[in-house]
Amino acid sequence: MTTAPVLAVDHVRKIYAGGDRRVEAVRDLHFEVTAGELVCVVGPSGAGKTTLLRCIAGLLDVTGGEVRFEGAPIDGPPRGMAVVFQEYGRSLFPWMTVRANVELPLKEKRVPRERRAVLVRDALATVGLDDVHDAYPWQLSGGMQQRVAIARAVAYGPHVLLMDEPFAAVDAQTRADLEDLVRALWSRLGVTVLFVTHDIDEAVYLGQRVLVLSNSPTVVLEDVAVDLPAARDQLSTRALPRFAELRAHVYGLVQQAKRGARTVMADPTAIGRPNVYEGRTT
Amino acid sequence: MNPALRRGLTGLGVFVAVLEVFPRTDVVGRGYLPPFSSIVSALGRQVGEPAFWSALLDTLRGWSAGLGIAAVAGLVLGVAIGVVPPLRSLTASTIEFLRPIPSVALIPLAVLLYGTGMRSTVLLIVYASFWQVLVQVLDGVRDVDPVAAETARSYRFGLRTRIRTVVWPTALPYVLTGLRLAATVALVLAITGELVIGSPGLGRQIALAQSAGAVETMYALVVVAGLLGVAVNLSIRAVERRTLRWHVSVRREAAA
Amino acid sequence: MRLLRSTLTAAALPVALVTAWWLISRGSQSFFWPPLSDIVAELRPTWLGERLRADVVPSLLRLATGYALALAAGILAGLAIGLSARLRQYCEPVLEFCRSIPPPVLIPIIMLFAGIGDQMKVIVIVSGCVWPVLLNTAEGARAIDEVLRDTARVYRLRPAARFRHLLLRGASPHIVTGARQALSIAIILMVISEMFAASNGLGFATVQFQRSFAIPQMWSGILLLGVIGVTLALAFKLVENRVLAWYFGLRRHQ
Repeated sequence: MTTAPVLAVDHVRKIYAGGDRRVEAVRDLHFEVTAGELVCVVGPSGAGKTTLLRCIAGLLDVTGGEVRFEGAPIDGPPRGMAVVFQEYGRSLFPWMTVRANVELPLKEKRVPRERRAVLVRDALATVGLDDVHDAYPWQLSGGMQQRVAIARAVAYGPHVLLMDEPFAAVDAQTRADLEDLVRALWSRLGVTVLFVTHDIDEAVYLGQRVLVLSNSPTVVLEDVAVDLPAARDQLSTRALPRFAELRAHVYGLVQQAKRGARTVMADPTAIGRPNVYEGRTT
Repeated sequence: MNPALRRGLTGLGVFVAVLEVFPRTDVVGRGYLPPFSSIVSALGRQVGEPAFWSALLDTLRGWSAGLGIAAVAGLVLGVAIGVVPPLRSLTASTIEFLRPIPSVALIPLAVLLYGTGMRSTVLLIVYASFWQVLVQVLDGVRDVDPVAAETARSYRFGLRTRIRTVVWPTALPYVLTGLRLAATVALVLAITGELVIGSPGLGRQIALAQSAGAVETMYALVVVAGLLGVAVNLSIRAVERRTLRWHVSVRREAAA
Repeated sequence: MRLLRSTLTAAALPVALVTAWWLISRGSQSFFWPPLSDIVAELRPTWLGERLRADVVPSLLRLATGYALALAAGILAGLAIGLSARLRQYCEPVLEFCRSIPPPVLIPIIMLFAGIGDQMKVIVIVSGCVWPVLLNTAEGARAIDEVLRDTARVYRLRPAARFRHLLLRGASPHIVTGARQALSIAIILMVISEMFAASNGLGFATVQFQRSFAIPQMWSGILLLGVIGVTLALAFKLVENRVLAWYFGLRRHQ
């Protein structure tokens, strides 16, 4: 069974030009994401993870190559894509209640009023926020604010959900809860998720695949398949020997990336060879 | 030349060009808006006249006298009220009431008391700019770090030492903000007084030019008033930067 | 109990001052300083009769019209300038000059175009008030959070919603600051445009009283202008507390 990729990042290159200075942030990124996948992207800090995500979201123009969403090249944020940002405190409208925050994108999609009410209620219930509809975001804890942002994305009904280090700024306990929430939402809604993180444990725990990026100018260092059981649990999954192996492997790659590696020697999944991906997506 | 400066000058150039070309079309008559070049030549003629300079000097004199009185009064009262908390809460509502009273409402009274002399205008200036200074000084004194205040108290600093070492350095940026606001307001009121009451100064020259139908001279004097405003703004900002070199808000601005 | 005490503290000095004025001026024979009782007694017959329709209401209508137009123009232009760094660089020196012109000098110029009627006064108020609104709004538009802008793009907010829910609300703390400055300028310009050239209005009438040495009436005019200034400042505070409730809440939580 061959599925067309929902997201194709096709030899993307990004150069920031300001005045007479040019900084090459992304050199050559190439990968595909199939519908329904949960793919994590890790890399050392300064690896251009956020640049990549902003290119995919259509918030940033690419310098070379292109990003295709459901077959069509992206120029501007496409319909059917939602983003959860790292800075939850800055991505919710502070002058709107929680309900209004979740409802606004639906209004803009011209969803009828009754339907909107149902979607908002369901989305907030799904993330475990039944009783704060009328609160303002800044009255909630950080973890709860990020839940609101997730609810807003879920209610929007995207085909692809992009998450940019969404849990980097919440405490460890909340973080574990939110990771499980993402897994639960993904398996229940069948949405495709691209999850950017700098946390190796988080990437291995959440993903079906982990893309390890080099440092800037960025290429894909390796595309690691995570062959852990689908049902994951904070305690038992993390205790599996295979989890430890994968974690060690990814850790090694990130260390290489920090030292400036662009390719992984003695590894078939090197960058820049489309045929590798055609083999993978069967 | 950096692009921001180039664009700014371009904008200014376009503005001047519009002022030059627009009056020559049929849209507005020259009697309403003379071309920029004839405003400039009118300005040139003004510069040659002693009346212009004495008017400019009168305006500056009224402005600085009013601002000076308001600044001293605002500072003294602000610190006095600020360091005594009961006094502060007692006067808060009165200040809130008196501040929004439009100073120009006092024009008839000023004319009655002082006629059309400069003192009328100075009265308006003092009333309007006093509140700007007072309110800022009060905010500044309130902003004093409680730990520093406690420390000063525990070492049994006298009131004067306390004001000099603890209150003043904290309040200084606020004082300067108050002075900056007051300087602008004072200029507005100086020109207003001259224009409406007829006390000597640029404002009266503008009114005279208007009633004599000397449109070009009137525009030239308005441009001078604008340049005076720019000069006041720039020089106060320079003073602020110089005095507060050590202060965080300025350092942050410099870093940005 | 606490509330009672703070009310007493707030009321004490104003009551004391007014009482002092009342007592000291009682039986005053001075021509310029009539008894406060006379001034207050003049308020009703002077301003609430024929003059209410002829002077007070026209003044307030001109004020309201000019202020509203200045707000609308200042906010729109300010947003445009705040959102485009390039446009801002082009406009900056011209704006710096325009806002430095003391607004009252515009009165003789605008009289050339618009005579001395209502139109002139409204234009004077607009051209004096628009600058603080414009410059503060531009500052506010610049200060709108980047992540919030990205969010609005990602969820494909249409222009109307972007304007209402992102730009206007995001810049509102700055807009309010500008609007507050503009309000006091508007009152000043209302009064002096009427003093300078008019056939009716509060400022005109008060100056007429002074010129005809109707001193208690003149004082009642000053008092009324003061009351209007204070009332508008209070009303502004109420609106501000409503419009910026989220902002004050946010700041308290930080």
